[in-house]
Amino acid sequence: MNYLDQSFYHQWAEINDKQLQQQLDEVQTTDVERLLGQPKITLKDMPVLLSAAAEKYLEPLAQQSQALTRQRFGHTMGFFVPLYLSNLCANDCSYCGFSMSNRIKRLTLTPQQVEAECLAIKALGFDTILLVTGEHEQKVGMDYFASVLPIIKQHFSYVMLEVQPLSTQQYQTLRALGVDSVLVYQECYEQKTYQQHHLKGNKTDFRWRLETPDRLGQAGMDKIGVGCLLGLSSWRLDCLKLAMHVDYLQKHYWQSRLSVAFPRLRPCTGGIVPEHLPTDGQLLQLIAVFRLFNPQIDIVLSTREPATLRNNLLGLGVTQISAGSKTQPGGYADQTLALAQFEIDDERSPAQMAEVVKEAGFEVVWKDWEPAYSAKN
Amino acid sequence: MTLQIADKIFHSRLLTGTGKFSSAEIMAKTIKASGSELVTVALKRTDLQQKNDNILSHLKPLGVQLLPNTSGARTAKEAIFAAQLGREALGTQWVKLEIHPDPKYLMPDPIETLLAAEQLCALGFVVLPYCSADPVLCKRLEQVGCAAVMPLGAAIGSNQGLTTRSMLEIIIEQAMVPVIVDAGIGAPSHAALAMEMGADAVLVNTALAVSPNPISMGKAFKQAVEAGFTAYQAGLGAKSIHSQASSPLTGFLSGVST
Repeated sequence: MNYLDQSFYHQWAEINDKQLQQQLDEVQTTDVERLLGQPKITLKDMPVLLSAAAEKYLEPLAQQSQALTRQRFGHTMGFFVPLYLSNLCANDCSYCGFSMSNRIKRLTLTPQQVEAECLAIKALGFDTILLVTGEHEQKVGMDYFASVLPIIKQHFSYVMLEVQPLSTQQYQTLRALGVDSVLVYQECYEQKTYQQHHLKGNKTDFRWRLETPDRLGQAGMDKIGVGCLLGLSSWRLDCLKLAMHVDYLQKHYWQSRLSVAFPRLRPCTGGIVPEHLPTDGQLLQLIAVFRLFNPQIDIVLSTREPATLRNNLLGLGVTQISAGSKTQPGGYADQTLALAQFEIDDERSPAQMAEVVKEAGFEVVWKDWEPAYSAKN
Repeated sequence: MTLQIADKIFHSRLLTGTGKFSSAEIMAKTIKASGSELVTVALKRTDLQQKNDNILSHLKPLGVQLLPNTSGARTAKEAIFAAQLGREALGTQWVKLEIHPDPKYLMPDPIETLLAAEQLCALGFVVLPYCSADPVLCKRLEQVGCAAVMPLGAAIGSNQGLTTRSMLEIIIEQAMVPVIVDAGIGAPSHAALAMEMGADAVLVNTALAVSPNPISMGKAFKQAVEAGFTAYQAGLGAKSIHSQASSPLTGFLSGVST
């Protein structure tokens, strides 16, 4: 059977937004109280826990999330760092500094520059790397990935990728080149809003993007990263659909791990002013509720968020953090290069961040993979 | 009291893990307090190239036998490859074979585990496989040359105790190699129970690492394992749901009359 015949798209198409919104709106405090302390939270409980009514129970939610996270992951925190390979992009998105209509200096790292970046990053202590590009099929496509991945895999045990959606076969090729995880955030699960913010380029294809995690599962990727960009549309509704997606993926692709992130829109060159940003408390609600829903999932917190908030959220459900991120290509070896994708907020160095994490009672996990487990072997 | 696995003698019947602790210092102190002499380390968390690994450098002064594990491997092929790297880098033939393709409950894959165990034994490894509490699988693992079997008490990290108890009893009854109950042991009482049932050893990690006071918990597990083992050797009294009055029905036979 072709994956398109049974992909998440079909489940998504059945969703009735009005009904879901009503479910969220009608939640009473007694509904929330009934779920607090339950040993298992399932998808049918998620409208209750993601509701505005549940926001009054942040403390017990945070406590449960903390306990579940410690039981599963222990007192550890995984560290990773993004490596921006290129800011070329053939998409136009309302919120992104790489958008093609932005007149910025464009740069794609050569294999020599990639090597220099890898050495600079390795010196910071990292062993898990997230490769990021804009979307440019000709100049930053499969040929480019095939030319730089062997260099990168020599230096890093675990390689994650955040690039344009690709085909199942292309993902299989990337696995064979040493890619272990791919992150493709849907950004927004509501199609009308999605189309308003994705104006030109392949990213306008909502369905192709929505079915990407299916293709990753089919390709046997070790870890699939999903998420939505908070600030584009009603985030409670969007995250409820994200929970459905997580549930679907776990059942269909039981051998792949999952990670989830809740990036809040950051200011960038030419970007929009977001209308629906969750507050810090609401961000905590999302982290805690997803932890209760899925004790195994990796929850990622990036340097988008400010230092104080990151310090406070550390123990409450998060398992992976980035540190010392540079969002401009070539930014680790040379700080004077092209324009960044967005402004980061937490500018602490990896060493400073590691110190903070240790003081909070966590062991930093720099290495969490053996290259022998990557498909390239 | 000693435990023999392959050609090594251990004075402790408590195996410990090294993951999930808040620091390498606390891990080392906990292991010391637990008296454990056989300690697992995840190859995926170990820096096999640079040899200045934080966990290994804290274990060295303890003089424990390292048991590298293949956690993260999903197939026999991956596990064998990792075991070989571990042997080269850590200089030990010992390997805890873990193959779990299911990232949710980390359930061991019986088919891949048996395949890998057979090949690793043939390559000269001392193989201790983590496996389901399946009596037939444990016999098969024993037959291919495993030095011990490590059936699970409950899902790994769950702290649920011996939910597979009746299967563990059969495994213990039939085994000709040491049976080490691994996974699910969440309290010293669970460890004591496994030992009372006749297990040769237990492996504990999460219950130590996640305790608010891991070092004291290490000591508590040491005592529980010793108590359980001593009780097993001494022989437990038979259980009954009734209190046993002395011969209420047959007392007349002793000829007592009033």
